[in-house]
Amino acid sequence: MIADIGLITLTLGFVLALYAVGASLYGGWRGQWKWVESARNAVLLVFGLLTISVLAVVYSLIRLDLSVAYVTEVSSRATSLFLRITALWGGQRGSLLFWSWLMAGFVAAVSLRKWESDRTLMPYVIAVATLTTSFFIFVVTFFANPFARVWHIPGTNEVVKAVFPPPGAERFVPVDGQGLNPLLRHFGMIGHPPTSYIGFTGFVIPYSFAIAALITGEARKDAWLRTTRRWTLVAWLFLSIGLLLGGRWAYDVLGWGGFWGWDPVENAMLMPWLTGTAFLHSVMITEKRGMLKVWSVVLIILTYILVVFGTFITRTGLVSSVHAFARSSLSMPFFIFIGLMLLGSLTLLMKRLDTLKSDHELESFVSREAVFLLQNMLFVAITVAVFWGTVFPMISELITGDRITVGPPYFNKVTGPMFAALVLLMGVAPLFAWRRQAARTLGKALWAPFVVAVLFAVALGIRYHMHPAAVFGIWLISFVALTTLLEFWKGMRARMSARKEDPLTALARLITRNRRRYGGYIVHLAVCLMALAVIGDAYFKQETQAPLRIGETLTLNGYTIRFDGLREYLGSDGREVLEAEISLFKDGEFVRVLRPRRDYFIVQQQPVTIPAVHTTFAADVYVLLVGWEEITATSATFKMYWNPLIIWMWTGGILLIIGTLIAMWPDRMALGDVSYVLRPTTTQPQPSAGG
Amino acid sequence: MAVETSTRPYVGVSSQRFKFLLGTLVILLAVGYLIFTATQENAQYYLTVEELYARAEAGTLGDRMIRVSGAVVGETIRYNPQTLELTFTIAHMPGDPDEIDKAGGLGAAIQAAVNNPDAPRLQIYYVGPKPDLLRPEAAAIVTGRLGEDGIFYAEEVLFKCPTRYDEGPLPNSPAEG
Repeated sequence: MIADIGLITLTLGFVLALYAVGASLYGGWRGQWKWVESARNAVLLVFGLLTISVLAVVYSLIRLDLSVAYVTEVSSRATSLFLRITALWGGQRGSLLFWSWLMAGFVAAVSLRKWESDRTLMPYVIAVATLTTSFFIFVVTFFANPFARVWHIPGTNEVVKAVFPPPGAERFVPVDGQGLNPLLRHFGMIGHPPTSYIGFTGFVIPYSFAIAALITGEARKDAWLRTTRRWTLVAWLFLSIGLLLGGRWAYDVLGWGGFWGWDPVENAMLMPWLTGTAFLHSVMITEKRGMLKVWSVVLIILTYILVVFGTFITRTGLVSSVHAFARSSLSMPFFIFIGLMLLGSLTLLMKRLDTLKSDHELESFVSREAVFLLQNMLFVAITVAVFWGTVFPMISELITGDRITVGPPYFNKVTGPMFAALVLLMGVAPLFAWRRQAARTLGKALWAPFVVAVLFAVALGIRYHMHPAAVFGIWLISFVALTTLLEFWKGMRARMSARKEDPLTALARLITRNRRRYGGYIVHLAVCLMALAVIGDAYFKQETQAPLRIGETLTLNGYTIRFDGLREYLGSDGREVLEAEISLFKDGEFVRVLRPRRDYFIVQQQPVTIPAVHTTFAADVYVLLVGWEEITATSATFKMYWNPLIIWMWTGGILLIIGTLIAMWPDRMALGDVSYVLRPTTTQPQPSAGG
Repeated sequence: MAVETSTRPYVGVSSQRFKFLLGTLVILLAVGYLIFTATQENAQYYLTVEELYARAEAGTLGDRMIRVSGAVVGETIRYNPQTLELTFTIAHMPGDPDEIDKAGGLGAAIQAAVNNPDAPRLQIYYVGPKPDLLRPEAAAIVTGRLGEDGIFYAEEVLFKCPTRYDEGPLPNSPAEG
C-alpha cells in the first residue's frame, strides 16, 4: 500500500520534471515569467513527490514489507532498525532513488534563491538541472524501480521482480530477506554513500549555471562563477568526505591494511574530485583576472560528466571491481545519456567560444596565472591517466581483442610524480605575484624553508635508512608545509605590528577576515598531512604473520603481540563472532589488549574479518585474525601490519573539512537570499537588475 | 571590457604565446610518455581459463603477470590456517559480458561453469589470509603466473559473489517455501 503510493509519486515526479524542463525553456525563450514560475513550482513539487517516494521506501524497509523486491534484497528480520534505514542506499534500486532525490533537492534549493541578479540565467539553470535530474528519475522508474514487487508464476520455480505482474503471476512474499551486505555494515560505509552522493549531485548546480551561461551568452560576464562558488565548495566538500569515509571503510573492513586500491569504483569517485578541485582553482583566476574562462567551463562540464560516468561505473558493473555490483540493463541508458551530454555541452561550448575570450594574455611564465594554469593541467593529466587505467581493459579489448589490465603499480607510477608536482605548486603558488614575478624576490622568500626542509629530510633519511623517493617526499611535504605556515606567520606579524594585536587574536582575525584565502591554506596544510600518510603507506609499511599457540608471541618493529585465547559468542544483527584476545607490548611494556575478530553473518553465510587497530601518531598496529584451530581453540594465526603515519590521513581529512568550511562560510547569514515569490518587475528578462 | 589583446601591437605577445604552446607541448609529451611506459610495464593479460590454456599451448603467455577469471568450484577449497596456504580450483566461464547475459546472468553462468565437467579447470595456489568473499561459486579474479606444474601461483586474489545482491535469487524459492 505505502509502496504503491511511493510508486505513484515517483511516476508523477518524473512527469512533472519533464514538464518543468519544457516550461522553463519556453518561459526563458519567450520571456514569459509565468511559465518560468510554473516550472519553478514544478521543481519544488518534484522534490516533494520524491521525498514521499523515499519515505515510502524507508517505511517499507522498516516494516520489512517483503513483497517489495528491494526490501528482500537489502533487509531481513535480523536487521536492526538503524541498518534498515541505511539500507535505503544499500542496493542499486534504493541508492538510485536516493540519488535522484538529493539531486531534486539541490535543484529545488537553487530555485529558491533570490533571482534578481540571475534572472536571465535561471530559466535555463532550471531546465538543465531538471533535465539531468529527470534522467535519473527515468532510470529509477523504468530500470531500477525500488517499488518493484516479487511475483511468482504458478507451476514454475521462478520468481520475477517487476512493477507490474507478468501474465498469470501471483504476488509472492518470501519468508525473509537477504539482509544488508555485511561488508557495508560499518560507519564508513553507512556515511560514505550519502556524503558522496551529496557531493556528486551537488555538481549539478555549477554545471547547470555554466550551461545556462553558455546558452544565454551570459558567460561573457563571469557572474555565474560567483553565484556557484559556494555550491561548488559544498559539493566538493561532501565528495571529499565521501572519499575519506570510503578509504576508512576499506582500511577497517577489507583487511589488507591499506586505504586506497585504485579500484575502478574508487577511481570513478576520484576523477570528478580531481577535475572539481581544478575547477575550484581555475575560477579564482577567472574571477580575479578574467582568464582561463574556457578552462573553467570545460572543467565543470568534465566534472559533471565524470560524475555521471562514476555512477555509471559503480551502478552497472561495467568494469570488474571488488565491489559487488552486478552488470545490468542500466548500461545502455547511461551510455546514451553520457554521450548526449558530452556532445551537447561541447557543441554549445564551441558555438559560444567567442563569449569566453580572456580579458588578459598570459604575461609571464613566472606569474600566479601561469602556476595556476600548470596546476590545472596537472589535475587534468592525472584525471586522464586514471581514466585511461580504468577503462584500459575495455579499450584494449576493442582494439586488440585481448583484455589487458593495468594494476595499482600503473596508477602509482603515473600519478605519483604528478601528485608530487601538484604538492610543490601548492606550496609555492601563493608566493607568486599576479602578472609577473621577479625570480629574485621569489628566491628570497623560498630559500629558508627550502634549506630547512632539505636538512630535515636528509637527517631523517640517514637516521632511518630511507628510500631516496621517501626522502624526497618528506622534503617536499615539509617544504610546502613550511611555506604555507610562513604565509600565516607573515599575515600575523603584519597585524601584530600594525594593529598591536596579540598573536592569537592576530591569527584568528587573519583567518576570519580573509576566510577564502586562509581557509584554502588550511586545506593545503591538510593535504600535506594526508600526503604524509601516503608516503608512510608507500614506503615504510611492514607486515608479518605467524600461527601462535596460547602464550606465544609475534614481534614486528618493536611491537609484540601475545595470543591469550579465543572466544565465540552471538553478536547483534545475526552474526556469530569469533574473537581473539591478544596483549600488545611495545619494547616489552604492556600497552593494551586487542581483539581482532571474525564475524560470521549466518543468513548471508558471509564471514567478515575485523582488524584490531592500535593507533598512535607515529604508526598503527593492525592485527588480523586469519586462521584458527577449530576444535581446541588453542592456536590461531595472525597477520600483523605496522602502518606508519596512517592517522595523518584521517586528521588531515578533518582539517580539510575545517578549512573548506572556513572558506565557504557566508559573510552574513544568507537567509535573506531565500525567497519564494518571484516578483518579476517586468515581463522581459532583466539581465542586470540588481537587488 | 574584453579587448582583443592578441591583435594589439604588443611586443612579446606572440613569442609569449609560442613559448606557452611549447611549454604545453612539453608537458603533454611528458605526461603521454609517463602513461605510455607505465601502461607497457604494467599491462597484464586478463584471460579466461580457456584462453590461458590456449596461450600456454601456443607459447604466447610471456613472463608477465596474468590475470585469470573463473568460477570457484566449491569442494576444492583448502585452507591451512597454520601456513596460510590456500588452494582452490576455478572452472572456465565466459569472460564476455554478453555471453554471461545470454547464460542468464553472472550467477547462472557460474552455476553452469561449476556443474559442467567438461569446462577447463585451473588449480590456484595462494599464500595469505583466506579472503572473506571466497566461497563456493564465487567469481574469482586471480593475478599471478602459471607454473610448469600446471598450477597457477597467485599473488592476488579477488572474489565477487554476484548471486547474492541486487539480482540474486531469494533465500527461499517458492518450491521450498
